[in-house]
Amino acid sequence: MDMSYTPKEIMTIMAAREIKNGDIVFSGTGISMLAAMAAKKINAPDSVIFFETGAMDSLLEEIPFAVADPRIMYWAAANSSLTDAFATMQNRITGDRVIAILGAAQIDMYGNLNTTCIGDYFSPDIRFSGSGGGCDVASFVPRCIAFMQHEKRKFVNQLDYLTSPGQLSGNGSREAAGLRSGGVSVVVTNLGVMRFDPDTGKMYLDQYYPGTTPGMILENTQFHMDVSQAVQALPPTEKELRILRENCDPQRLILGPAG
Amino acid sequence: MDNDTDKTMPLQEAVSRYVKKGAHISIGGFTLNRNPMAAVYEIIRQKITDLHLYAHSNGTGLDELIGAGCISKLEIAYGGNGKAAPTCIRFAKAIQNNDILFEDYSNYMMSLRFMAGAMGVPFLPTLSGLGSDIVSTWGFPESLRRSDPKIVDRKLAVVDNPFGNWGGAKKVVAVPAITPDVTIIHVQKADAMGTCSIKGLAFADVEQVKASRHVIVTCENLVEKAELRKNPDMNQIPFIHVTAVCHVPFGGYPTAVYGHYDYDSQYLKKFAAAAKDKDAFKAYQDAWVYGVNSHEQFLQQVGKESLAAIAADPETGYSVNMKRD
Repeated sequence: MDMSYTPKEIMTIMAAREIKNGDIVFSGTGISMLAAMAAKKINAPDSVIFFETGAMDSLLEEIPFAVADPRIMYWAAANSSLTDAFATMQNRITGDRVIAILGAAQIDMYGNLNTTCIGDYFSPDIRFSGSGGGCDVASFVPRCIAFMQHEKRKFVNQLDYLTSPGQLSGNGSREAAGLRSGGVSVVVTNLGVMRFDPDTGKMYLDQYYPGTTPGMILENTQFHMDVSQAVQALPPTEKELRILRENCDPQRLILGPAG
Repeated sequence: MDNDTDKTMPLQEAVSRYVKKGAHISIGGFTLNRNPMAAVYEIIRQKITDLHLYAHSNGTGLDELIGAGCISKLEIAYGGNGKAAPTCIRFAKAIQNNDILFEDYSNYMMSLRFMAGAMGVPFLPTLSGLGSDIVSTWGFPESLRRSDPKIVDRKLAVVDNPFGNWGGAKKVVAVPAITPDVTIIHVQKADAMGTCSIKGLAFADVEQVKASRHVIVTCENLVEKAELRKNPDMNQIPFIHVTAVCHVPFGGYPTAVYGHYDYDSQYLKKFAAAAKDKDAFKAYQDAWVYGVNSHEQFLQQVGKESLAAIAADPETGYSVNMKRD
């Protein structure tokens, strides 16, 4: 077993560790879907994967490439609809069990996400796909994992557009705006894992990976981040790597070339 | 409406009759699944322009229509087409180049807007988006909202909960109803009157259909009424909502139709590659859309081999171990 690992492998495993048994995992595509699959096969066998399109507890014998991929429709507990899927997240009985996995082009110190555009909204330099269900789930559920590449242009002081609410401007402003507590609660990047101070709503460094340092993480972040509580992350175990490589993505469709 | 009206007609006729220049339309499906592609290509061939498109998450159909210049106004939550184009390319370029007017919502907001239209209420509330730029930033010019009677005066409204803190919310976001002139969906089974049976996820097709003045259904299989009436709990759309029925096998191609065929990742890749450049995209649509006179001819050009490669496995509903790079 090759115990060296790629950034994608450690990111997937760090995100999978956030998922608890009994969680309902709102999954997107790509690495977020792989993290949901890995959690189910490694540490949270009773977690349930579901999609905003309405498929609940899909079998996922092949990795889907879109949340409307027919691969999510096979052997699901139910194939319903968009209105039903979002109601599952907005409804407190089921919504409080949901953990979402999201990606974004930009994140700020309060965990707000931009998946809409870079530059001016009306004449953007780059236009992205838009909210999809991102704004909805970030508004509704208590825990969200954000997957990000750790780069200065992505960890910004000011978002170009606030698509999905995190702690807004911190210090309880999320709740003051009328949202329930929640939003992005953990950020998993290629360098480390960040969380949010429960009082101020500000991002702090929780773990840095072997081979990275808090200094490297600060160098790749526009805003100031508290690193005083940071510890080195436990590297992926042999079991985690084996299950990820052999049982989740044997063709490396999402993991890409081995390290 | 007569209980036994035969609503079948050729797709060319249904499109020319119900999709007029400037119409407000919506199309069914989600990103690369069950888009009514035969109808999309027919709209492009008939050069119907100035359309106002409502969508939650749309992909292949959206990008073909925008790339062909059919859309002038767009209300949308997401433009993406799976691995081939995580952001729809002609959609992104149209916004970057100021070629279309656009308004961003979330998927739930757009779904609720269709549902409000289907229910006949002016709006529905949600807790989604409070504090976000979706609520604070409006895309359509105010002058357009004021002058066009088919466009609501406000994108959305944040209102106090009229029931105090009941339900644990002090405020809600009210999103306005949508009532399209025409919605087009593609389904697995329909009868001549328009009753539909959808297999797999319905997405928001049912709400989109019920919100619309006119509905065009294209179907893989046109079946006898009795076949659908034997299992009414499998039918999502009763005939009263439907205006026209067109029998178009592979009418969702190159998107997936559960139980029939997968998405054609090779075609979507070719489409995305062409979409990166305006001239290449024109050459692509000249060859694959304008260069044929019907969906049948388009499928002949695609070829039997490509269609066979995406045939769905009867057990799983998708093409098992299909090449999907």
